[in-house]
Order: sequence, then C-alpha cells, then structure tokens
Amino acid sequence: MSDRHILSVLVENRPGVLTRIAGMFARRNYNIHSLAVGPTDDLKISRLTIVVGAEAVQLEQIIKQLNKLVHVLKILELEESEAVEREMQLVKVTAPASTRSQIIEIAEVFRAKIVDVDHDSITIEAAGNPGKLEALLDLLEPYGIREMVRSGTIALSRGTRAITDGSKFRMRRVV
Amino acid sequence: MRITGAQAVMKSLEALGVDTVFGYPGGAILPAYDPMIEAGFEHVLVRHEQGAVHMAEGYAQATGRVGVCIVTSGPAATNLVTGLADALMDSVPVLAITGQVATTAIGSDAFQEADVTGITMPITKHNELVYSAERVPEAIKEAFHVARSGRPGPVLVDIPKDVLNDTMEWAWNDDVDLPGYRPTVRGHGKMIREAIDLVAAAERPVIYAGGGLARAGAGDELRAFAERLQLPVVTTLMARGVFPETHELAVGMPGMHGHYAAVKAFQESDLLITLGARFDDRVTGKLDDFAPHARVVHVDVDPAEIGKNRAVDVPIVGDVKVVLGQILKVLDDKDAKGTLAALTPDTADWRRRIAELKRDHPLRVDQPETGVLKPQTAITGIYQEWGDDAVYVAGVGQHQMWAAQLIPYTRARQWINSGGLGTMGFAVPAAIGAKAGVGRDTPVVAIDGDGCFQMTFQELATAVQHDIPVTFCVINNGYLGMVRQWQHLFYDDRLSHVALPQDLPDLMKLADAYGIPGFRVEAVEDLATTLTKAHAITDQPVLVELRVDPDEMVFPMIPSGASNDEILETADEWHARVAAQQA
Ligand SMILES: Cc1ncc(C[n+]2csc(CCOP(=O)(O)OP(=O)(O)O)c2C)c(N)n1
Ligand SMILES: [Mg+2]
Repeated sequence: MSDRHILSVLVENRPGVLTRIAGMFARRNYNIHSLAVGPTDDLKISRLTIVVGAEAVQLEQIIKQLNKLVHVLKILELEESEAVEREMQLVKVTAPASTRSQIIEIAEVFRAKIVDVDHDSITIEAAGNPGKLEALLDLLEPYGIREMVRSGTIALSRGTRAITDGSKFRMRRVV
Repeated sequence: MRITGAQAVMKSLEALGVDTVFGYPGGAILPAYDPMIEAGFEHVLVRHEQGAVHMAEGYAQATGRVGVCIVTSGPAATNLVTGLADALMDSVPVLAITGQVATTAIGSDAFQEADVTGITMPITKHNELVYSAERVPEAIKEAFHVARSGRPGPVLVDIPKDVLNDTMEWAWNDDVDLPGYRPTVRGHGKMIREAIDLVAAAERPVIYAGGGLARAGAGDELRAFAERLQLPVVTTLMARGVFPETHELAVGMPGMHGHYAAVKAFQESDLLITLGARFDDRVTGKLDDFAPHARVVHVDVDPAEIGKNRAVDVPIVGDVKVVLGQILKVLDDKDAKGTLAALTPDTADWRRRIAELKRDHPLRVDQPETGVLKPQTAITGIYQEWGDDAVYVAGVGQHQMWAAQLIPYTRARQWINSGGLGTMGFAVPAAIGAKAGVGRDTPVVAIDGDGCFQMTFQELATAVQHDIPVTFCVINNGYLGMVRQWQHLFYDDRLSHVALPQDLPDLMKLADAYGIPGFRVEAVEDLATTLTKAHAITDQPVLVELRVDPDEMVFPMIPSGASNDEILETADEWHARVAAQQA
C-alpha cells in the first residue's frame, strides 16, 4: 500500500472543474483509487480528496500537473499516519428473523448504525477507514449482502494544522 | 456605458492592444462580426479555421505577442483543434474565441452545437465557457494573461450567442486576479548558487537550449552566459537561432536528425545546463541511455517539466530570462571582486573535442554540378538568397529537418516550425500569420513540402486578398518523403501509399489561378538565378516550386527508440547494421 497517497485539493467552485481534474488523470494515465468532492465553508471553494496510486516520481508529477490547472488553488498531501480518513458505507444485508440479532450485534461492534429495516433486510450505515469497512463487509458477507455503496475517502490532517495555513487566500464563509 | 457582449469582446481586444485577428464568421459568432466593422484592429479572413489558428501561432511566434483567432461554433470550433494542440505542445501564446449556441440551447444538440470547452480541455492551457455578458471582459483579459504568462499556451474562450447579444455595463481595468494561477518568475537564490557551483566543477558542460528561451526572448542573456563561462551551446529544434549558429560556441541541433557533434556532446557531457527544454523523446532517444554521464541543472518556468523525463540535480523554477539574469548578476559580482575565475570551468579540452567532432562529422550532400537538384542544395540556396534578415517557416517532414539543420539561424523568432505536434499544413498559414506580425520590412519565407503544402494551400487566397507578401517555397520531391524514408529504412523499402505525383497539381498553374507569380526550379544550375528573380518580388505573395531528387534521405538519424549512441550518418551504415544482425 506504499503507493497509496491521499491528496487534499482546494479548487475554485467553477463549472467543469471536476472534468478538468478527472480528464487530466485519464489523459496522463494516472491511477485514481477514489475521489470525493464537496463544498467547504466558503461557497466559492470546493474540496476534493483524491486517493491515488503512484510511486514517488509519478506522485510529484500528479501534484505538479494538478497545480497547472488554473482553478486548482492548493494541494496538500496528507500522510496516512497523520491524517484522519473516513469513508461512508451503506450495506443492505439479508436479515430474516433467524439471523437478525447477530447482524445487529456485528453492527454495534463496529459502531455502525441501522438506518433502515424491512421484513427480510437491514441497511447498515458505517463510517471509518477503508480497513474497518472491509472488515465489516467480511463479517456481513455470510449473511448475504443484497447491495452496498461506498463513498470515496475524505480526510483531514490530525492536529491544528489546516490546508489554508500559509495561503494567500482565506476561506470566507459566505452564506 | 451599456454595450453588448459582442461590443465588449471588441473593446476588450482593443484594450489588450490586439492589432490583428485571424477569423472566419458564422451563425453563433455573427453578433461579434457586426461591431468588428468599426473595431480598432485588422481582421484577416482565412479560408479554413485551421488556417486561422496556425496564423495566430505564426503571428505569436514571430512577434512574441499573443496571436488571436475568432471563429463560430460547432464545425468551426472543431476545426481549431489541430492548431490548439499544436500551440499547447510548442508553448505558443494563442487566444481563440469561439461562438457557441445560446445558453438556453446548450446541451440540446442544437444546430452547430459542440462541447467546445470539453473537446479542447486537454489541448488548451485553459478555457472558459462564458455565461454572462458581464463576464466577457474579465474572461478575455484572464485568457490573454494566462496565454502569455508563465509557460505560454493556447487559451480558448467560448461565448454563447445570447451572451454576445445581451447588454452589460462596460468597465475595464488591467488587473488580473487568478488565485490559482501564479507562475514563479524568479529562481530560488540557493538553487542558483548550486547551479553555478555545478557548472564551475564541470569538465564537459553543455548548455541544452530549448524553445523556452525563444518564448522568453532570452537570446541576449543566453549569449552572455555562454560567453562568460565559455560553455558550448546545443540548440533544439524549437530553439534554433536563440543562439547564433555561426558562433564558435554553437554545437548544433540535438535529436533524431540532429548534428552529429551535438548528439555526441550530450552523450559525452558531464553536465547538462538545461534551459527551457523538456527532454523530449525526439531529443533523448532511448531515455535510459541519454547523456549517461551528465548531471543536470534544469531551469523551466513550468515546474512539471522538471523531473518529468529525467532526474535533476539542481531544479530551478522560473522564467529563464529572469533566471539567467540572476545567474549573470552573481557572475558580475564575482567578476567585480576578481573571483570569477574560481567559477569558470576549464572547458578548453572539451571545446577542442567538440570542434573535432564538428570538423570530422559535417553534414554531407552529393550535389552534381548540373542536373538533378538535391533538396539540401535547394534549402541552402534559399538561405543564400534571403539571408539572415528573413524569417523561415517550415512544414513537417524531411524539408523541415533540412531547414533546421542547414540554415545558420542567428536570432530567436527567425525560425518557426511545428515541433511538438509535427503538424503538416502548418507552414502556409503560419508564414502568413508571421508576415502579418513582422510587417513589410522583414521577409517571410515558407519552406514547405509538397505533401504539407496541399493540406493548407487554400490560404494562398488569404495572403492575396489581404496583401500579405510571403514567399512560399515548395520542396517538391513527389513523396511524403519522411514517411518514405522510414518505409525504406525500416520496412525493407516496401513503399506504401507515399507517392504524390509531382505534377498534381501543377503548381505553376496554381500560382496562376491565385494570380501570383510562380517559379519552378528543376536543375541545380537554375537555382540561384530563379531564386533571385523570386526574391525581387516583395510586394505580393510568390510561389516557388523546387523539384528535387526524391531519393534523398535525412541524416544523421537516430532510429526511433534507439540510443543516441546508435546515431547513423548514412543509409549504408544502417543497411550494414541490419545485415550484420541478420547474419
Ligand atoms: C497532419 C499530419 N498527418 C500526417 C503526418 C505524418 N507525416 C510526417 S512527415 C510526412 C510527410 C510529409 O511530406 P511532405 O510535406 O512532402 O514533406 P517531405 O518529407 O517530403 O519533405 C507525414 C505524412 C503528420 N506529421 N501530420
Ligand atoms: Mg515531399
């Protein structure tokens, strides 16, 4: 997993900015494991978390090429050991009365939530790092996973440090 | 003052000092063509939109200013694709303005709709679809700024028809604020000192001078630097002329069809001082074998070029003109203190070695005294006639390589060609654009191939109509010569679809049809006199056809993917090598 790197990227919230980024990755044959995008406290700025697979030289190229995009404001590589990483996962598990309580127990151990219940199924919401979500899936597998969905990774650095530190621009909350 | 978005386009271009725009009208851009009648710049009506963008490129390369083209939506915008990709590869500052269907129709597959910002995203430095008339001046100003600053490149602004028709309150200021775009201009002081130390310690240093020097207009600084420390200079295809080829420190051109001494100088060097160059595969050959003993200083305004293909010992991000200025300042200071000698490498032996390489491995051509005209002789003859004042613009193929090898360029912007993309059809429109830029006093000579010429010669009409007197020389070898050369060498001379009948079309009749003088040279003994006659005509476009020996091949040559050490000087060497391998 040493080729796995987390990039946190601030971009101007303009039409097409995601296409530019995704297109650049595709065109230069770079490998994206996951990409998550959402608003920040500044309406004009979005934040992306991109997990890439790349060795050191290629990683440097990825960061430099991203930086060339006019709408990219800032890029920070988050060291895995110094970042809080989360993914969100929803899993719909087959859950007849006979196995239901076991499934709920597993969910509790993972501090996952039951967000929907039907006669024959339970939907579980779990958040965590990819390893934890994999482990949860492994345990649920034998009961029958009807469907599942998982978000890309989002991450922040640990401690007080923030991506805007030392930047010429500040996030401004415009509501 | 309330004006339309279309008027705002005109006023923005005027405010940016644009004097010439290359374009072609149509539905979506019609609103802009109305106020253009009164606009304070010249509009050159092309015959194909590809011509407009190549003209903008030629204009930009010849003048150092941004070249501007303007066309309508859909097919017109897609006709720009080749030129935009070309401009991106060769870092040419171009502003392309395209009409778009109305914002209300976008996404509906409307008549002449194409997703132009989507299509051109990977082939522009930046682009923008403008959603409101208010945004027009900012969008154009920002595009202009991005096109010409940092590493120059093409920027496209796509403007829907309703945005052109809407009104806005005109306001203009020169400031540009792009928080995500702040190119580094000055080099890092510590890196600059490290670079100077590496140079001082080197025994076989070479300046690897690239097209970035031409874009930055850094010829004087380069020369001062090279002379100060007595550093040999290799200039790439994109940099020809940035350093005078006639200078005793000039080594020549590197790469696939480079000069033998330049290729060897890299291979034997212990330090490459890389200035605005990018370790392109046509220069390096097999990357692992390129300049195997050399440490590398790399100066580039685009940080992504540094370390992309070749690991670097001293990276310096910055405008190469500014960085060279910084380096010269350090050297000046040492000079004032009398300590420059400590920073000056002893290159005497090395320069002697390079001089030997140059002496022992000149370019060769067997030109009989009468009869058949060799293409190399034709190109040298063109140079002898037009000399150092002219700007030379090449197409793509054998003629391009000979024009790059054989003409001793002495100044930046004297040589214009399509290097990175290798776009056939570039020369005719680029030469017209260059001439529109440099004006009456500087001759512009296109050196084109018969294949290339037929891709874009419809622009002869543009040159005639707008009175742009370019001399178009066609090196007519009756073949897609460069492709034929590869088929001959690497496909056992199995020629596959490379013949172009020399009389098709009859270029003299073609000149006639366009109402311009046409000259044909078929024998070497007629070359000089005919070229002199063509040169005497300076007030209108001229077509010169040079019928040359179709069998000539460009050498030296490094086969594609091979190591630079495997450089060939003749076809016989190659055939012998193949025979030896088969035995
Ligand atoms: C648009 C385009 N199509 C194809 C090629 C491939 N190509 C490279 S050189 C060449 C032959 C050029 O022929 P000509 O203009 O006659 O020049 P010559 O090599 O004969 O001097 C071709 C087909 C290209 N570079 N550009
Ligand atoms: Mg030809």
